[in-house]
Amino acid sequence: MPDATSGPAWERRLLLGLLLAPALLWLFALIVLPQIDLALLSFRERVAPREYVASLAQYRTFFAEPLYWHVFVRTAVMSLAATLATLLIAFPVAWTIAKLLRGRLSALLFVVCLIPFWVSETVRTLGWMILLRESGVLPALLAHLGVTAAPVELLYHDATILVGLVYTSLLFMVVPLVSSLESLDNSLIEAAYDLGGSGWSILREIVIPHAAPGITAGCIVVFMLMLGNYLTPTLLGGKSSQWFTEQIYTQFIVRFNWEQGAAFGFLLLALSTSMVWLGLKLSGQRFGDVMRRT
Amino acid sequence: MQAVLPMLLALALLGGGAARADDSKRLRIITWSDYVPAEVIADFKKETGIQAEVTLSNNEEIISKLRATGGAGFDLAQPSQDRIVGAQQEFRIYKPFDLSQVRLDQFMPDLLATVRKNATLDGKLYGLPYVWGAEGLVVNSKRAKLADYGDLCRPEYKGKTSIRLRRPVLMAFAFASGKDPFALYGDIKAYSALMESVGRTLIACKPNFRFFFDNKDQALNGVRSGELVAAMMWDSGGWALNRENPDIRFINPKSGAIAWLDTFALPARGKNDAGAYAWINFTMRPAIAAKIAKSIGNFTASKGADELADPRLKAQFKESFPDGFRNVRWYPAIPAGLEEIEGKILDRIKAAD
Amino acid sequence: MSAAGTGQDAATHDLDVRGAVKRFADHVAVDQLSFSVARGSFFSILGPSGCGKTTLLRMIAGFIQPDDGEILIGGRSMAGVGPNRRPVNMVFQQLALFPMMSVGDNVAFGLARRGVARAERLRRAQAMLERVGLGGAARKKVDELSGGQRQRVAIARSLVLEPTLLLLDEPLGALDLKLREHMKIELKQLQAAFGTTFVYITHDQSEALVLSDHVGVMNRGRFEQQGTPQQLYYEPATPFVAGFVGANNRIVGRATGVAGAIVSITSEQGWLIRARSATAIAAGTAVEAFVRPEVAVLARAAADLPAGQPAHGGEVESLLFDGANSAVLLRERQSRVEFRIALPQTGQFADLRVGEPIHFSFDPARAVCFPAGVAHA
Repeated sequence: MPDATSGPAWERRLLLGLLLAPALLWLFALIVLPQIDLALLSFRERVAPREYVASLAQYRTFFAEPLYWHVFVRTAVMSLAATLATLLIAFPVAWTIAKLLRGRLSALLFVVCLIPFWVSETVRTLGWMILLRESGVLPALLAHLGVTAAPVELLYHDATILVGLVYTSLLFMVVPLVSSLESLDNSLIEAAYDLGGSGWSILREIVIPHAAPGITAGCIVVFMLMLGNYLTPTLLGGKSSQWFTEQIYTQFIVRFNWEQGAAFGFLLLALSTSMVWLGLKLSGQRFGDVMRRT
Repeated sequence: MQAVLPMLLALALLGGGAARADDSKRLRIITWSDYVPAEVIADFKKETGIQAEVTLSNNEEIISKLRATGGAGFDLAQPSQDRIVGAQQEFRIYKPFDLSQVRLDQFMPDLLATVRKNATLDGKLYGLPYVWGAEGLVVNSKRAKLADYGDLCRPEYKGKTSIRLRRPVLMAFAFASGKDPFALYGDIKAYSALMESVGRTLIACKPNFRFFFDNKDQALNGVRSGELVAAMMWDSGGWALNRENPDIRFINPKSGAIAWLDTFALPARGKNDAGAYAWINFTMRPAIAAKIAKSIGNFTASKGADELADPRLKAQFKESFPDGFRNVRWYPAIPAGLEEIEGKILDRIKAAD
Repeated sequence: MSAAGTGQDAATHDLDVRGAVKRFADHVAVDQLSFSVARGSFFSILGPSGCGKTTLLRMIAGFIQPDDGEILIGGRSMAGVGPNRRPVNMVFQQLALFPMMSVGDNVAFGLARRGVARAERLRRAQAMLERVGLGGAARKKVDELSGGQRQRVAIARSLVLEPTLLLLDEPLGALDLKLREHMKIELKQLQAAFGTTFVYITHDQSEALVLSDHVGVMNRGRFEQQGTPQQLYYEPATPFVAGFVGANNRIVGRATGVAGAIVSITSEQGWLIRARSATAIAAGTAVEAFVRPEVAVLARAAADLPAGQPAHGGEVESLLFDGANSAVLLRERQSRVEFRIALPQTGQFADLRVGEPIHFSFDPARAVCFPAGVAHA
């Protein structure tokens, strides 16, 4: 049998295709097919029991009913805010891990970031609920210290959702940041300092440009995680707090309205895709470079 | 080599079912929490050799899951009696009962009559009664005084009450406004108008609700910790709290508690009908039904089980319903289309500020 | 201690280090070090790795604070002044050019930090690049440059700020040999052209000798000797300097006779030689003597050796051909002591064979000996 690498180009490509075939089939069956099915679902409308016609009604409903796009915009804005908050908190943490600590201390801090992931998201979120509810630990502590006159309800605010989302996503921001900051040569920072740079200008001119692929990668992953999160906003959010995933769940499971749910799902997909595209454009990164960082 | 992997995968996918235990020896039940006590599963296994496997769920999920598989994946389901016909018309997820296999004499006749009325489609019966109870008000009587659903909205309870934002609360507030929503089931226009008005009431009431609870534990914890002074909730939950703290009571509101009746139903593509019938006949024996009643904290549809019921539960029932069933509303079957109207109202309440 | 610092006015010094000390957990990296660097000169700090020279340089740059002592740059104390506020710039070992910026922006970086307007700093960066022969490179990416070009950008990036002092941390270490030889010359020319005071650290004695006006030989946190390259080479003050600067034959023995400045030494293996003593040596003390390979003279017949020099005999052990630096390694006939002698450029001994008997001698005044046991690496 001839050496595979020596054959003509098409032969090599065929061989590669055959080798990849199982994986491609798998991807197709698990990801593409259900998506096609959902797409078809989103473009039909129920007119009578068991009778459906092709229609744009589901998408029309989304735009006609302010409720739905309010939730949509709210989900996007809050995810964005939470992503930025995660970045602001994760950056010093990543900096400490990558640059300030050595050896075991650095590994220890990394593990501290990892610990929340040893329990399931449900347990984590319930933990927050126990901490923050009016009869919980934190309000009692605040009242005891005299910060507040009586225990206050810290749960069921938008800020609570942000805290929960940031907590859940921190690791996914820290990891790409650490890897991109670790690859930053310390002598570049010293050189910039030596040439008259201040902390801020070094951060802006040297550190951030160097870490840009890591920052973008972290932000994309975290933003998508937040956009697609269901448990945290649902459990920590107040009675007025709607998350778009919750709306999709409601349409599919509670309302039996798969058509509407599918349409909402595609709108969410479009949102996350366009935000990622926008993020890449704004930060001047290429998708491939960024994904290698994650 | 490359051909083997997908074949293996296909085999794994197709053979998944065949590799499992013999279908006649297991019974997959989709039901509510506490509905199937472990003790009863053990008793049933000892008697029949069939292992019951329980998946916990609720009305909406039961329908959605069965819809997704076309009625496969479970051998027995336990939806509420009013949620059978609509779902069956729309999604064909159940199969009718062969009544010759059921010991109908074990059921309480009036509950059987209720399901016959609400769960019959094209002359075939799709549901048999299992457990019933009511939704009303759970009140911490030391800290609050409530007589009706509307009292949840009194200004002094701001931020201290809670409801589950699902259709029962719409029904409750409709009754509290003096209308009968069940009577308007046939008149979509009038029903819509009523729901709109209930929606406005609940939006105005929103500051009073600390949160909308999603599950029983969340509501129980809220009342137990004192964060809530009252909530619209199930009787069994109220009675469970009452056992911990006598100040907490379940009361039948002035407009009437709304009674639900959960049933047995056969999923359209269940694989162990014989097992399902055996289970139904087994659990409706008074002695077994009494164990179930104790686990749930509600009464079952088994004739004669009430005499065996926990005396404390009977006392609690008497305290909460001094007039018996005189002031209780039973859900009729929901016609298709109503839930869409209700859904929009519920979304609007949730989103309102 | 040396000619470079003493007796001169501090105003003519760009760098004054006075009693600087830096201790780390387990050792003293810089130990009570004092020296001065005259304005416009090229000063090298030469020492083996671990001698403390990098610590010293980083103290001057401001990255490390001395535990004791004082550093003055341009006559001004640097205590409490951060690296970004010192009139000092540094060329890093790995150059540390900013890969995220163009060459022009690299050079303009420091100017931007000083608030120089964009047009002006681009103009000055361009002018600086032209002076180092990279006029067309401003828009290039750093990784498009060759090693030597990067070197020049790193220097240009510092010099554009017109520092009082330019520190260079073994900047040639990463280059290959040919380029290193070339860059040595270029560095010296650049320093001459700009007139900026350079402080250069290296472990390569040839770099230090070729480039510097003055060299401090550093060992264990201290300067063993400071002086011109010639002084270090011809008049080493310590055995360490004699051994570290240039090639040397080291002979360990005992002083068996003293006649004025010339000491007779019997090596441990019993070879008798004579050498000039660097300090007073009493007969009977243990000594080490150093004889440079080029000081000794070879001859096929003893009669051909220069008159008045003690004659020695030996056998060729091996031939070390290295063009102009070729040498022969031989063993003294009786003691079997190994001895290296540079081959003359005349080609006179090009036909030497291994094992061949040979005669050699050296002028005792050009060999040097020290009392043994003086600290050295």
